Amino acid sequence: MSSSRRRIVADVALQGGAVSVAEEVDRAKVLDRLRLGDTTFRWLTRLAAIAVLIILGGIIVSLVHGSWPALRTFGFSFLVTETWNPVTEKFGAVAPIYGTLVTSAIAMLIAVPVGLFIAIFLTELCPMWLRRPIGIAIELLAGIPSIIYGIWGLFVFAPFLQQYVQPFLIDLFGPVPVLSPLFEGPPYGIGIFTAGLILAIMVLPFVTSISRDVFDAVPPVLKEAAYGLGCTTWEVARYVVLPYTRVGVIGGVMLGLGRALGETMAVTFVIGNAHRVSASLLAPGTTISATIANEFTEAVGDLYTSSLIALGLILFVITFIVLAAARLMLMRLNARIGS
Amino acid sequence: MALYDTRRRRNRIAVGLAIGATLFGLAWLVLILAVLLWNGVSGLSLAVFTQMTPPPGSAGGLLNPIAGSLAMTVTAVLIGTPLGILAGTYMAEYGRYDRLSAVVRFINDILLSAPSIVVGLFVYEIVVAQVGHFSGWAGAVALAVIVVPVVVRTTEDMLILVPDTLREAAASIGLPRSLMIRKVAYRAARAGMITGVLLAVARISGETAPLLFTALNNQFWSLDMNAPVASLPVVIFQFALSPYKDWQALAWTGALIITLAVLALSISARALSAQRKTS
Repeated sequence: MSSSRRRIVADVALQGGAVSVAEEVDRAKVLDRLRLGDTTFRWLTRLAAIAVLIILGGIIVSLVHGSWPALRTFGFSFLVTETWNPVTEKFGAVAPIYGTLVTSAIAMLIAVPVGLFIAIFLTELCPMWLRRPIGIAIELLAGIPSIIYGIWGLFVFAPFLQQYVQPFLIDLFGPVPVLSPLFEGPPYGIGIFTAGLILAIMVLPFVTSISRDVFDAVPPVLKEAAYGLGCTTWEVARYVVLPYTRVGVIGGVMLGLGRALGETMAVTFVIGNAHRVSASLLAPGTTISATIANEFTEAVGDLYTSSLIALGLILFVITFIVLAAARLMLMRLNARIGS
Repeated sequence: MALYDTRRRRNRIAVGLAIGATLFGLAWLVLILAVLLWNGVSGLSLAVFTQMTPPPGSAGGLLNPIAGSLAMTVTAVLIGTPLGILAGTYMAEYGRYDRLSAVVRFINDILLSAPSIVVGLFVYEIVVAQVGHFSGWAGAVALAVIVVPVVVRTTEDMLILVPDTLREAAASIGLPRSLMIRKVAYRAARAGMITGVLLAVARISGETAPLLFTALNNQFWSLDMNAPVASLPVVIFQFALSPYKDWQALAWTGALIITLAVLALSISARALSAQRKTS
């Protein structure tokens, strides 16, 4: 019996892995050890995958736990009150929510068309040798940390806007009946409008690089057929490429939106941190993330801290819905294209 | 002919807009880098790397925040990378089509773009509030939470690209599955996985929001991870918003250092993945 079990294990594949070649080992023991190693590794990876879920669960639980005192005190009125007064401990989230939504809207309004046109340029018009360098340059824009945008926005971009762009906008829209309240008041430089513009620059590379990737995935046959019919470049992009890639483009836009909603440092520098809702886009405001970044370490009292965490919870819920909706929409559109 | 002219005119406008948009996008990159160099280079000297952050009005450097940033980044990568690689391995190798992987993939994509300030609040709640004080460990944990989804995503993507024939060949010579993954699949996907880690490092080295109320800040030299630790982004934030000219100058220099480091990381990540494609 022992002679049938005792063999020299010399599998080349196991060299250095489980046993050393020269060693004379009991095969059954080796197999046991391998089986144990296999099971352990499998469970380790499974646990790690579950840990990702635990992280998300932990974020939700800890935010709800932390914001509980504020939610219990203010209830639903937290969502509809504009007051933010640390002295009397009255807190409401309207101004930060408004600022977050408006700055993101400005950012998407600019970044989506510009990003799509850049992607069209990169896939349809740009000479081959220039495609890679320009693509890389746009992606480097995405790699620049947000604090750099912040310091640049505060010292360079905001003064520029204050001196040249905002007075021009105030003059331009002053006589226009509906739009004039949007561009009213003194040019502060910092404010909702500036924050929206900086967000647009930050979101631009996300929209661009995803649109470019999906535009590249369009089968050349489709484009060649359209060109063969005599379509212009614009017609090919508008009526062939865009409809074919709608799914991916929406994904890119949603990803950019998610980033704009949660962006903190760049906005904190230039938003002005004023807890009020102003009709004018040029006025200082605040966003959820900027409020937390500015006030959290200085917050005294449990209710103040808890209100800030409640803001964080709201932000997380909003971004979660946007990102989850994007994902689900993509899945549905994908299924439709597949069928 | 009128129709033809209209179409041509539309096309010309669209092409003009596309070129304009591209120049617009590139202009920002050039503008930001030029301003950074202009404001940052003048302050760049040996003192920046050898001296501590100064009180307002005197000369100093950025040694303690640089050291603090490095310590927290390294710790975060050491915590986050193994976790991310293991989770990505499960999703690509063991449960590619099962329910758990589908859920984790969905959740991971959300974590990937979750606001980093929320991660800061999370770590404040589970570490700082429990321990009772701000610490470098808390900062490192916050950064690790950001590292994990990046690594999970790239690991899964890269392992899925490994051809199944390699796995079948490994199985046919009797290699157990865990060894097949570690010796064959990891080796084939190595360049891509390293790229993922580099991208994660690039991402966290500029992160400020999650550090504000986890690692806080420290004016003095300290590598005690159990106490508040200075970090480059937080010091930039504090100094840039201060009214002192010399602090603002140091903030610009710090900003230049971070940007150069991040750009170097992302360019080397790109070079690595380009190498993989050509080979």
